[in-house]
Amino acid sequence: MKDNKKVTITTETTWKEITPGGIIYEAGNAHNYKTGEWRSMRPIWNSEKCKQCLLCFPVCPDSSILLEDGKVVGIDYDHCKGCGVCVEACPFKVFDFVKED
Amino acid sequence: MAIRERLSGNEAVATAMKQINPDVVAAFPITPSTEVPQYFSQFVANGSVDTEFVAVESEHSAMSACVGASAAGARVMTATSANGLALMWEILYIAASSRLPIVMPVINRALSGPINIHNDHSDSMGARDSGWIQLYSEDNQEAYDNIIQAIRIAEHKDVRLPVMVCLDGFIVSHSVENIELLETEKVKEFVGEYDPGLDTLLNPEQPVAMGPLDLPPHYFEHKRQQAEAMKNAKKVILEIAKEFEALTGRKYGLFEEYKMEDAEVAIVVLNSTAGTAKEVVDELREKGVKAGLIKIRVFRPFPVEELRDALKHVKAIAVMDKADSFSAAGGPVFVETRAALYDAETKPVVINYIYGLGGRDVRTNDIMKVYNDLLEIVETGEVKSVYNYLGVRE
Ligand code: SF4
Ligand code: SF4
Repeated sequence: MKDNKKVTITTETTWKEITPGGIIYEAGNAHNYKTGEWRSMRPIWNSEKCKQCLLCFPVCPDSSILLEDGKVVGIDYDHCKGCGVCVEACPFKVFDFVKED
Repeated sequence: MAIRERLSGNEAVATAMKQINPDVVAAFPITPSTEVPQYFSQFVANGSVDTEFVAVESEHSAMSACVGASAAGARVMTATSANGLALMWEILYIAASSRLPIVMPVINRALSGPINIHNDHSDSMGARDSGWIQLYSEDNQEAYDNIIQAIRIAEHKDVRLPVMVCLDGFIVSHSVENIELLETEKVKEFVGEYDPGLDTLLNPEQPVAMGPLDLPPHYFEHKRQQAEAMKNAKKVILEIAKEFEALTGRKYGLFEEYKMEDAEVAIVVLNSTAGTAKEVVDELREKGVKAGLIKIRVFRPFPVEELRDALKHVKAIAVMDKADSFSAAGGPVFVETRAALYDAETKPVVINYIYGLGGRDVRTNDIMKVYNDLLEIVETGEVKSVYNYLGVRE
């Protein structure tokens, strides 16, 4: 398989272009895999209620609590799978946990 | 000058492996293929090959080690039989879908239970959908020749699939026959240096990951691509056979046609039974009966169009299966052969015989019975039974 080009495999990739045996050329490509597509419940972070205690951040199994300068700024919905762990962990009931449309 | 030798089937296979000198052989012994890794480990011990021999604790591990070594970029071989092949099952699929060109002699033996160490084809037939190419061999010479060709087939850039080279346990594996070997330099030249390409686990220039999770958005595309490789294999097998013929004078195709030009009745069969059947064809021909034989060499990919063309003018055909698929409707070779004939304009009668299970002897008079049944069908136009057992006590 000498002539393989490094390809990013998407849902548009045809059988003629896909890498033989599913070889992966890119390191850390799990980032491109949108686990958020599985979500049935959505956590909604309310910025004005948040005390920035950061208890939600370490419990998220998908690293989907977004931080900037040590502060929560939102949720990465591409990867948040809606498990609700952050909702449970927040002592200040900051999150609403609602059904996905 | 070719080397004339007297070798058993297992020795012939091990000798081919010695001449190929693969990078890695990982194997576990199982009757009747035990001698293959046994001979080969001696070649390793006495330095006639520089192969890394991995003595594993089971066939599951043997095939797993082969997968790892092949993914790393090595030329890899192993050998097995029966329950050993069955224990590899899971990894057979991984080898094929990861597109790893592993070559494995399969010394055909009945699958348990009840436990039986003798020859039939239930082992390799069980693995027929695993994505491996399957070549079948009538005798020691063909086993030797097929192994050498298998390396090239497996590694061809349009194929990149593992290959099983099947031969009958004991009947071939333990029978000593005269055989013509190629000089080792010629084998080396024929198989060439293995170029695994850039996509190997041990290539620091281009790191890759292999064996990924492949959910619904992509798995189907991979299977489609794998199916294409199997389609490509047919052409590649024929090209390599041509090159091999130029080197040795020995001709190979997808199947062998024996006295088929004007045949009115024919048997389709795999492996060593073809030798017995040829005797019967000769006997019948002497009496003026238009009998012929097709010996399938390549069962995966299955030569649908070619078989149809070779068989369409025949009036009645018996497909002989040395394995039952327990569909209650016929053995695996029968079902596929009959399906191949569905598109023929004139459809011959095709019947099935399950025979020789667990090493039950198949003699010329058994085969004669099959031809006589076919001749009766041609004469009366009446098919009494499509799905039959040959040589079982009624
Ligand atoms: S719902 Fe689960 S996955 Fe999503 S942000 Fe909260 S903890 Fe992370
Ligand atoms: S646990 Fe609640 S309050 Fe603490 S940072 Fe997270 S959302 Fe804000």
